[in-house]
Amino acid sequence: MALERCDVEKLAHLARLGLNDAQIGSSTASLNAVLDMINAMQAVNTDGIAPLANPLEANQRLRPDTVTESNHRDDYQALAPAVENGLYLVPKVID
Amino acid sequence: MHQLTLANISKALAAKQFSVRELTSHLLTRIEQLDPQLNSFITLSKDSALQQADAADELRSSGISAPLLGVPLAHKDLFCTEGVRTSCASKMLDNFVAPYTAAVVDNLNKAGCISLGKLNMDEFAMGSSGETSFYGASKNPWDTSRVPGGSSSGSAVAVAARLVPASTGSDSGGSIRQPAAFTGLTGIKPTYGRISRWGMTAYASSFDQAGFLAHTAEDCAMLLQATAGFDERDSTSAQQPVDNYAEALSQPLKGLRVGLPKEYFDSRLDSRIGDAVNSAIEQLKQLGATFVDISLPNLPHAVPAYYVIASAEASTNLARFDGVRYGYRCEDPKDLEDLYLRSRNEAFGEEVKRRIMIGTYALSTGYYDAYYLKAQKIRRLIKNDFDSAFKNVDLILGPTTPNLPWQLGSKVNDPVAAYLEDIYTVPANLAGIPGLSMPAGMIDGLPVGVQLLAPYFQEARLLQVAHQFQQHTDWHARTPAGF
Repeated sequence: MALERCDVEKLAHLARLGLNDAQIGSSTASLNAVLDMINAMQAVNTDGIAPLANPLEANQRLRPDTVTESNHRDDYQALAPAVENGLYLVPKVID
Repeated sequence: MHQLTLANISKALAAKQFSVRELTSHLLTRIEQLDPQLNSFITLSKDSALQQADAADELRSSGISAPLLGVPLAHKDLFCTEGVRTSCASKMLDNFVAPYTAAVVDNLNKAGCISLGKLNMDEFAMGSSGETSFYGASKNPWDTSRVPGGSSSGSAVAVAARLVPASTGSDSGGSIRQPAAFTGLTGIKPTYGRISRWGMTAYASSFDQAGFLAHTAEDCAMLLQATAGFDERDSTSAQQPVDNYAEALSQPLKGLRVGLPKEYFDSRLDSRIGDAVNSAIEQLKQLGATFVDISLPNLPHAVPAYYVIASAEASTNLARFDGVRYGYRCEDPKDLEDLYLRSRNEAFGEEVKRRIMIGTYALSTGYYDAYYLKAQKIRRLIKNDFDSAFKNVDLILGPTTPNLPWQLGSKVNDPVAAYLEDIYTVPANLAGIPGLSMPAGMIDGLPVGVQLLAPYFQEARLLQVAHQFQQHTDWHARTPAGF
């Protein structure tokens, strides 16, 4: 099933990528080419095969619930595009 | 000095044949003279490299000696380096100065290595040619009209052109082995979890693995020794003992059983590369290895499965780039939504956006089972293929790539053609096993790589076989004209 322009518009929005009209057009073509290649895997018989998420089949390691990190707020906020009084600034969300 | 391997630099420094400062200055001068035509560095750390060099000289003159003390390296620009820009070759992180240092770099610094700077790459490690970099493509020093491979493109070019003796790289789908093959280097991708991922910018977290590009297996062994091992800061770090790699190198190959997967030698393969691989097989037979034909029947499904899972993981990992906490922010966002949409569209390159959208599709309602889950099932089939094969053989050997390095620009508008070039490297990432590419021939002036694959945590065996091969061949010792 090929993607239509409206499908790519929806995908771009889900991924928060503000593509313009021309980009939607070129993305539709290239995504369909990639999906054609990927769809070959639908022919593989995977009945009874369990999905593999971690190549070593490792489970998430747990640690004691204690504080391990020190405070790096100033270091990290020094990298932000806009901060004020220790807070990250974004455009107004609620009128 | 620039012709020496890392191991020989180590010996020369111990014998006081030259100082660390002399070596470092010499390499920095070469980079300034030669790199403008190659574009392998994004950031050159001249002042700090010379400071580190003086500190290493001081330690050496006070009688302290360690194999890597004063050895210059450069790092792929996805490893965080405190105080130094870490861009991932993306406009998104063009202004990002990392607040901490990645585990792999930290371990190398502690071992005494000097960092000359940060190396070019495909943006966020997404690419097989180096061409998706925001800073422009790196050029292959064997033929500057051709790609050096990717995504560790600068890591390969800088070492091949002898601007630095070795480099760090990362390999999620072949990003160390393929550029190593394209530039005549030895490149090792260790087992998933062997080297800590802490501080390495995530692309596809269940595949990403740090490793090295160098001239010889011996050099790779020294770097792996300094960096392999458990790290509690990486939740997927493996709790496995680390072998003595230097000791393994000298072991003879007598009795080694090597599997040749028939799927690696089919019509996809450039027959000239096939001939070079066969010559390497003959050489290894003379050293005592025996060869048997095997099959990895699910190999044809590896590329589709890889691009589904890796893209899904990329779409999740790259959601963190929101224009709020770090990285690029668009001008004058009119609201929060506009800030997200424009910051991400303006700062991510085309290939990164393509993978984010493929991944978003594969994870979206109604398609998750047909794409993401299906690909994970195929991933298990591929792992099972390797598990079965390794019941009968100690090692698997084949070509690293189906084709020689292609002309710059020739696959830029055909992503599927570029993805299919990864056919021989992605299976190891899907299974998580270690792999190594070593130089094994030249065709029309371009290097050819042979790939070795081993069972989990058998990096020592890869290094041993490559080292023994390199004791009887000189493909790894060649230098491109003009460098």
